Amino acid sequence: MTAISIAFTLNGSPVSVDVDSAERLLDTLRYRLGLTGTKEGCGEGECGACTVHLDGLPVDSCLVPTYQVRGRRVDTVESLDPPALEPFARGGATQCGACTPGVVMTAWWIRDHPELLGTHTLRELMAGNLCRCTGYDGIVDSIGAVLGERGSA
Amino acid sequence: MHRREGLAKLTGRERYVDDLPLDDFLWGMTVRSPVPRGRVTAVRFGADVDWSAFVIVDHRDIPGPNEVILIERDQPVLAAGYVRHVHEPVVLLGHRSREGLRRAVRAVEVVVAPEPPVLDFRVPPRPDQIQYGRDNVLKRLKIEKGDVERALAQAPVVVSGTYETGAQEHVYLETQGMIAWLEDQVLVVKGSMQCPYYVLSALKHALARDESRVRVIQTPTGGGFGGKEEYPSDIALHAALLALKAGRPVKIVYDRGEDMAATTKRHPSWVRHRTGLTRDGRLLAQDLEVVLDGGAYVTLSPVVLSRGIIHAAGPYSCDNVRIAGRVMFTNAVPFGAFRGFGAPQTLFACERHMDVIARTLEIDPVELRRINLLRDGQTTATGQVIRDGTDRVAVLERALELSDYRAKRRAHAAFNETHAAQRRGIGLAAFYHGAGFTGGGEVHLNSRVRVAGLADGRVEVLTANIEMGQGTLTVFTQIAAERLGFAPQDVAIAEADTGRVPNSGPTVASRTTMVVGRLIERACDDLRSRLEVDAAVRGASLRAAIVRWHREHAAERLVGDAVYERPPGISWDDANYRGDAYGAFAWATYVAEVEVDLATYSTRVTGFVAVQEVGKVLNETLARGQVQGGVVQGIGWALMEECKFRDGAMINNQLTNYLIPTSDDVPPIHVAFLENPYPHGAQGAKGLGELPIDGPAPAVLNAVAAATGADPRAVPLTPERLMAIADFGLRSAE
Ligand code: FES
Ligand code: FES
Repeated sequence: MTAISIAFTLNGSPVSVDVDSAERLLDTLRYRLGLTGTKEGCGEGECGACTVHLDGLPVDSCLVPTYQVRGRRVDTVESLDPPALEPFARGGATQCGACTPGVVMTAWWIRDHPELLGTHTLRELMAGNLCRCTGYDGIVDSIGAVLGERGSA
Repeated sequence: MHRREGLAKLTGRERYVDDLPLDDFLWGMTVRSPVPRGRVTAVRFGADVDWSAFVIVDHRDIPGPNEVILIERDQPVLAAGYVRHVHEPVVLLGHRSREGLRRAVRAVEVVVAPEPPVLDFRVPPRPDQIQYGRDNVLKRLKIEKGDVERALAQAPVVVSGTYETGAQEHVYLETQGMIAWLEDQVLVVKGSMQCPYYVLSALKHALARDESRVRVIQTPTGGGFGGKEEYPSDIALHAALLALKAGRPVKIVYDRGEDMAATTKRHPSWVRHRTGLTRDGRLLAQDLEVVLDGGAYVTLSPVVLSRGIIHAAGPYSCDNVRIAGRVMFTNAVPFGAFRGFGAPQTLFACERHMDVIARTLEIDPVELRRINLLRDGQTTATGQVIRDGTDRVAVLERALELSDYRAKRRAHAAFNETHAAQRRGIGLAAFYHGAGFTGGGEVHLNSRVRVAGLADGRVEVLTANIEMGQGTLTVFTQIAAERLGFAPQDVAIAEADTGRVPNSGPTVASRTTMVVGRLIERACDDLRSRLEVDAAVRGASLRAAIVRWHREHAAERLVGDAVYERPPGISWDDANYRGDAYGAFAWATYVAEVEVDLATYSTRVTGFVAVQEVGKVLNETLARGQVQGGVVQGIGWALMEECKFRDGAMINNQLTNYLIPTSDDVPPIHVAFLENPYPHGAQGAKGLGELPIDGPAPAVLNAVAAATGADPRAVPLTPERLMAIADFGLRSAE
């Protein structure tokens, strides 16, 4: 496999990394850059555990070849401000935690685009993130609480 | 208290096994059997791979007995010349590059001279298919109470039915993974698991190492649900064998496809009920036959069968009960522990059968349950006298009230009259779940817990019980903090490292809070007695006493401990399956509402109410989350989760074609607790973790039956299955 050099913006800072030509963004983040917050749940775009933001949009990083992010902006769960996540801790949004970083990244996208709720329910918007532990109420209610806080702020 | 490690998980800082930094290591992978049964005649290593760059392990590299020790010793660590199921591990490979390893695994050919496999546990085996004992029965168990034959002969009505459930995959979101390395002479194995001491005993046995040369450490575990009860011993052995041969750390992390194909699943079941009743629905006799598919090795099947048959008659009073159970050998990947452990299968049959009885006798399904539910002083199938003060009818009533059951029934009838394309219905299930190991199990476990007083006045709780999402870290912190009057931050919970923590038993069977939590309370009390202070000394003064003790006993350890003691008045006869099967039962009634689409035959759960009595609820958010998560797993099993097998292999081993519920497939799960503190559980708690998976399948199918008039007898009730048994589609078109 040929190594190629890729430069992009990661969590606000420029990075440059040598990767294999077919390498997945998920593996580059986890194994080359040490950002293990992003998880693998299925490796085929079904579970959403590997969700990151690519130019502000949530994507499954297991389906993105790293070369495609050249010159673009990637944000991972490590970019989030921990105190802002407190409502999720209170609301039972995480149990085992394996789905959680992906859930949080999708939730943040919804938080930043409240207009989405004009056309979709929270449950529809979260349907790309599988969780086997919570039964989803803890997740959906926590996002609702975060949106409520922002709405009233 | 909020989840202790919650923020670490939310921010991605929590490190699971595949997140740990590891230098100069090899990845490990497994070469598996391509067929369900036969003699291995050759293992061929392809010519286009440079094998000198690989570490290769087979059964000849195992220093001790080639056995994964558990209840029996029939399962090899690596197949030695004979395979009994598809995907059985044969050869292990280690290599620096994961991609190179994947190609190498494909380049190894395991050549097998096939022999006739058994692939259907319901069909009696032919002589050339016998592979275990005389008849392929892995285990037989029987419960008998009263005189069933006589009672059936005299009963005014007898209602019979058979019920089936399919395999279910755990789909913990973190796949199985393990790291092994040598540290001086000590083999260290670290990974995702529920039972560090099970892994330790498996390693000691097959690697012929004593306790001083093996250490097992649990990493934060991304879901288990039973799937990480016994299987981690296999993968730990594999990683250890590779590491010992390589002389370097080895990491094995399954990808989703391998995890789904090669690890355990819920036991498929077949249950027959023959029930004698009075015309108004009082139970006179229950005659049951329970058959489970065990797969190719014994593993935990005998205890799954045990819990299955003990729960099979339901939470009802009946003087004449006979339950004959057996687990069958088949050439399938061994079925294993899964939340509920046999009870969801038999309770599905029981509670679906109750509705079949109600329809047959033309009585109200609620009434049928109300008149038969156990009252205090009455006995279960094993003769256990229930006298816990819980009003089981009140649990039922509360569920009816919260779900607005009566009004919904009327509303659905009206809806169904006026809609051609949809049917609505509501159904319920009343059930129970025994907490802790069955019978004398807890006594055999002999669990031990320590609470250490630290020099700075804090305490550390040392147990082998682990966090896998269910809240152990938080609940243990709460229990110790409450007992000592400490703030949560003054309670540390030790990592589950067999080099440091005592064996407090496995994290299974809804035992952690009730049984181990109670031991923590007693170890806290013991710590006080070592300090020679009484129970009134709490909080700051207790912390000061700990600090003072350390000043006076430099370099000594201050440890309180506790060993399991059977609660008074409990007795169990294992030979005859009579007596007190569990120290405590949790009780529940769940109500499901569904809408069935008559064009697509798909069923949507539109409402769900879960009411349970689980003793004292220690943490409302965690407890509610356990119930909601369990219910949604149960809805998945009821309607969509179907393992498809061909020649003994799971062929839909992907999340693309094995579907689990998404947030958009399920309604909000309305949870309510009735609390009746259990005197022998921590702060009055009973076990909770498994109960929620027992009720959804029968409640949902009963709702479908009510909605459509169909009579579904098997889960998952996929649209294809419902279409096959339905005639309501035609009727509605008239
Ligand atoms: S790992 Fe990417 S979607 Fe599952
Ligand atoms: S918290 Fe375990 S999968 Fe979501």
